[in-house]
Amino acid sequence: MLDRRDVVARLLRDRGEALVVTGLGAATYDVAAAGDDARNFYLWGAMGGAALVGLGLAIAQPDRPVVVVTGDGEALMGLGAFATIALQAPANLTVVVLDNGLYGETGGQRSHTSGGTDLAAVARGCGIAEAWRITDQAGVETLAAGLASPGAGPRVAVIEVDPAEAPRVLPSRDGGYIRARMQVALGLAA
Amino acid sequence: MDGDRVAQAMAWPDAIFAELRRWQVRQIAYVPDGGHARLIRAVHAEPAMRAIPLTTEEEGIAVLSGAALGGDRGALLMQSSGVGNCVNMLSLVKTCRFPLLALVTMRGEWGEFNPWQVPMGATTEAAFRLMDVEVRRADRAEEVAETVSAAARMAFEGGSAVAVLLGQRLIGAKVF
Repeated sequence: MLDRRDVVARLLRDRGEALVVTGLGAATYDVAAAGDDARNFYLWGAMGGAALVGLGLAIAQPDRPVVVVTGDGEALMGLGAFATIALQAPANLTVVVLDNGLYGETGGQRSHTSGGTDLAAVARGCGIAEAWRITDQAGVETLAAGLASPGAGPRVAVIEVDPAEAPRVLPSRDGGYIRARMQVALGLAA
Repeated sequence: MDGDRVAQAMAWPDAIFAELRRWQVRQIAYVPDGGHARLIRAVHAEPAMRAIPLTTEEEGIAVLSGAALGGDRGALLMQSSGVGNCVNMLSLVKTCRFPLLALVTMRGEWGEFNPWQVPMGATTEAAFRLMDVEVRRADRAEEVAETVSAAARMAFEGGSAVAVLLGQRLIGAKVF
């Protein structure tokens, strides 16, 4: 099975000018482990909101790729996000869901994706045509190659990853700092 | 008519729309709402604005935080019944010190026929204050423009989180 740290490091190696938003929990640690960057916006809370923060950012910054990296549990808490994103259809937004089928932060309880919920199918059902599952390295390479260029519309890539927990790499929890440094990196007044 | 009389003659949703345009608000996230219906139609027809329909109110808190992160001004239109949905998501606004402008039409407080609207209507202001969102109110049509403008200034020039409650007496009780 794919290792989540390897997957995220591979995807972000080709990030180009991408702005990255992370969902709370392991996805935040995975992105931090790939290397801290002023263009990373780490969520440590606001569960269910990561893809929607990415949506607002993608609309505000239409010339930059925006990549949301989150987990299955975080995505499940905000399923309506797929419908809201589909209506706006920002071509510069990619949502990557690292699907390990469990809630790693809270003791490893099985998530709904272990019981039959297919988040790529949910996204397609909400109207996001480019939504697919990735189960091998070739799929990761294809996604990485296209990450920095806009698609035909928003993309949702659900990547099946090994449920093994990786060592925690903790980025700053100071939300004001994380916000301001991305705004400075974008040339905006923080 | 002179300017003041034109302003007085303007319907309050149009006054809000004019303020949102004047403040160059671009992303307008909303949950469909009868009180805001006229404003929502105007937003959809305005090329300088992006209308963002939501499936639930807390989505708007996240969308507008992303908008602010990327340099866009935004506003959230909703009904009082949706304010409770936003409470945890407001931790994003509070922790990251994002600006917020929420324009909330009140239900459950004036001639309300539907008792299911009363519990959240009675606690709307308290729910915002729980998360340190400043609350302002307009109950008369002539107060709307200046209240929205003052809230927009706090949000966009001061970076504050502000909600404007539009009283049910202003909107009129829903007739079934």
